[in-house]
Amino acid sequence: MMTRQQAEENYLHIVNLRKEYKDFLAVDDVSLQIKRGEFMTLLGSSGSGKSTTLLAIAGFLEPTSGDILQSGQTILDKPPHQRNIGMVFQQYSLFPHMTIADNIAFPLKMRKLEKSEIQRRVNDMLKLIELDGFGQRRPQELSGGQQQRVALARALVFQPNILLMDEPLAALDKKLRETMQLEIRRLHSQLGLTIIYVTHDQEEALKMSDRIAIFNKGRIEQLGTPLDLYDHPRTRFVAEFLGDSNLFPGRVADRSGPQTVITDASGRTLYASAKQDCGKGDEVVLMVRPEKVEIETNRDKLTSPNFMEAKVVESVFLGDNYKYKLTSSANQTIIVKKQIHMVGERMLSVGDQVYVTWDPENAIVLAS
Amino acid sequence: MSMQTVSRKRIRLGATRSNKMLLVIPAVGLLALFFIYPIVTILLRSFSEPQWGLQNYAAFFRESAYLGSLANTFKIAVAVTLITLVLGYLVAYAMTTVGSKMRKFILIAVLIPFWTSLLVRTYAWMVLLQSEGIINRSLLYLGIIHEPLQLIHNFTGVIIGMVYTMLPFMILPIYATMASIDPGLMRAGANLGAPPAVVFTRIFMPLTLPGVGAGSIMVFVMTIGYYITPALLGGSKDTMIGQFIAEQIQSLLNWGMGATAAVVLVTTTMIFFVFYLKINRLERRAS
Repeated sequence: MMTRQQAEENYLHIVNLRKEYKDFLAVDDVSLQIKRGEFMTLLGSSGSGKSTTLLAIAGFLEPTSGDILQSGQTILDKPPHQRNIGMVFQQYSLFPHMTIADNIAFPLKMRKLEKSEIQRRVNDMLKLIELDGFGQRRPQELSGGQQQRVALARALVFQPNILLMDEPLAALDKKLRETMQLEIRRLHSQLGLTIIYVTHDQEEALKMSDRIAIFNKGRIEQLGTPLDLYDHPRTRFVAEFLGDSNLFPGRVADRSGPQTVITDASGRTLYASAKQDCGKGDEVVLMVRPEKVEIETNRDKLTSPNFMEAKVVESVFLGDNYKYKLTSSANQTIIVKKQIHMVGERMLSVGDQVYVTWDPENAIVLAS
Repeated sequence: MSMQTVSRKRIRLGATRSNKMLLVIPAVGLLALFFIYPIVTILLRSFSEPQWGLQNYAAFFRESAYLGSLANTFKIAVAVTLITLVLGYLVAYAMTTVGSKMRKFILIAVLIPFWTSLLVRTYAWMVLLQSEGIINRSLLYLGIIHEPLQLIHNFTGVIIGMVYTMLPFMILPIYATMASIDPGLMRAGANLGAPPAVVFTRIFMPLTLPGVGAGSIMVFVMTIGYYITPALLGGSKDTMIGQFIAEQIQSLLNWGMGATAAVVLVTTTMIFFVFYLKINRLERRAS
């Protein structure tokens, strides 16, 4: 028996899940524990196994091996319609021959609820998604964002144990997508939902999730909070997938001192903090995020041992910040993001010769 | 400036519109010569032969033999529509569920009859269905029956031949509708708690209704006016209106009565077709 605490911490447990197709390993030994009330995002590019994992949870495909437990009980022996897991599909999948109200009532009718109860819950849902008065319309008469909300209401109305969302916002334009992201977050906290959210959009994942599992080639590459993944990527894949990054390939020259010393491909010495997962002689890349790189025009003001001469080759104004692309004297490309603190702050121009520099604490050493 | 552009554009559009009217003339001419003129001639003959008046129509609706062939036509059309609907729905459904190779195979099997002469195929059925034919022989040999079944020159023969001929016209529209249904809807249904049978009856089937409507009306209308198959496989008791018209004109040289029956046939067909269009339009507005 599991204790209550364990059951909450381990509400949905995916155990060594594998899904093989004839010539393709879609999911390769994925294990994941999801807490009750958690917003868990499965992030990855197409074919990384995130959607396959989601479909296995919903019951639409049978795993080759492994298990999926809910509160300690396997759910693999249940057909999809008995799992009581809600799902929002990318194409909304609203029933075109039913009205909005009938769409939302459908799962309740399947559960043979009383007519008055169905009526009440449908009305509550329409209010929740701010579409009261739309009940008698057909899905085709609604905009994409409204259809998305109806799909959400239909998946929530029967109070499922878990809500699965498969790229639910991919078909919406940027503005609407951002509104819906907030809306889904609001519903998540308001209703205490357990959500498993699949997306390929890293920005969306960072913004919405409690934790993110980054999928790559059927495996979970790294699991953690958005902050954790962004600041402490454990692999080069994660560093490159989540956010922008500057990468300097090189070799570990010294691990014995208070700092990790790396000789990069051009022979320059770079420094990172001591707490890195590497040994002397390893082929590595040194990674530093664009917003953690400083730009200095005066050589005498440099304080960090990490610096290089560079020339601005591109400068983009993004409203709240500048994004610069520079080329170092050893022909490495460096991306730098600078917040704008003062109105009229001077922007670097293409061709300017400057120094780029960063604190060793902000550099991370990754296996190449 | 922008006003000028607009008005210039409007003028140019006007010019192309009258050009387009010119381009339509050959098509309209063709239609007038080969479709409108013959239909008007038939219509006139039904009122004018042997003399002007409504006597042909009076006779057609008074004479039970004439009305009988009309009733018989409807009976056969309804039966053929229902049977092809059941068979066609099953075949179309099978096509949506099997793999792509099998689907292509079924599709070709459905289409092959289109590439063979109808006459040849109907004669082939005569060979199969006659009392000395392969079906009766096999059944006799297997001991299932003790004397040959009468499968031809009667109602059964017409039904078998017509169902065979009409089946593709039922399968294709139903299959097209089924193929256009988003399979995600069935997944959504299951996810929301509907067992497979309920997903089929509450989600899949209602969405196939436009195809069912199109296929049914097509088969019904085509069957009403069919001639070759009932003429070759039917008996003298079960003549359809097409045969009646041919008999009146070819054997009895009674152009007036033949034309009258033709007008009745075309009118009935039109009524059904308008009815279908109306349903279709309602459905499209709803979906």
